[in-house]
Amino acid sequence: MPGMGMSVGMRAEPAPLDQSRGRRSVQARVVTAIGPLTIFAGVLWAFAQPYRLTFLHPRGQGFWWLAVEPPLLVILVGVLFGAFVAPGLVEDLQATEEDER
Amino acid sequence: MQPEAEFVHWLFATGFLVLGVCLLAESVVGPDVWGRSIWRAYLWPGAMFVMGVCMWPVMILFTNSTIHMVAHSAWAQVLMLSGGAELALARGKLRSPYWHLTVGLALVVSGAASLVHEQNDWLFSRAAFVHHAMGWVMIAGAIFPIARTFRPRSFALGAGFAATLLVISVLLYSHRDVAEIFGHISPIAGTPHR
Repeated sequence: MPGMGMSVGMRAEPAPLDQSRGRRSVQARVVTAIGPLTIFAGVLWAFAQPYRLTFLHPRGQGFWWLAVEPPLLVILVGVLFGAFVAPGLVEDLQATEEDER
Repeated sequence: MQPEAEFVHWLFATGFLVLGVCLLAESVVGPDVWGRSIWRAYLWPGAMFVMGVCMWPVMILFTNSTIHMVAHSAWAQVLMLSGGAELALARGKLRSPYWHLTVGLALVVSGAASLVHEQNDWLFSRAAFVHHAMGWVMIAGAIFPIARTFRPRSFALGAGFAATLLVISVLLYSHRDVAEIFGHISPIAGTPHR
């Protein structure tokens, strides 16, 4: 039964191309998740310490208290990463996958 | 118009957050995919260089003591050195991979500066705790960029480096000029605020 054994072996072990594709897919999902997770962390912080968001109660606040609101900065980093870095990175992951074929 | 120290810490925390998310993404996809776009290759080294430049006004304006000025200027120099070296490596102006060691050097010097310029004990106040913790995290975390120089494609080393930067970011965001730490605050620290 050598032929049967070989076919079982081929089914049990995915081809290197499939493995690479699977790895790239996981990488793309992780990269896509970084932005939303950062935004989520900022939103969570905003709910935990709403007094850090001085734009909600701006009266009597100085310039720096209004300009630097840490939960908003965290959200901003997540938004910028998700909008400008992650999409290009996922495209380049797909392009690398095409090159590997 | 000069900001209180806590605002400066929060702005630098944002800088470390930018570095952390970029390096996390780079470690996930690998340096080859990350470097396919040239602006992306410049992103975190550029951010590091800008953070170094921004440390100079901190050195000039926050002159609490001589040791503060020396620590801040050392910090500015190593951030600019490592950011500049990484930019030159991305551009191809520098070729030796050993220039990546400047990032490890930056973390060790920054950690030492953080520890040296904090004159109070760990539980004196939140600010003291943050500087002690950040100093030791930087010194211990320097192992990741140093080892990554020799194994640039290692996910564990890249993720470890990114995690180090994210922990530094969290510590800096938790900084307050006068606040309790685990229920402790020295009576001579001042009136705490949240």
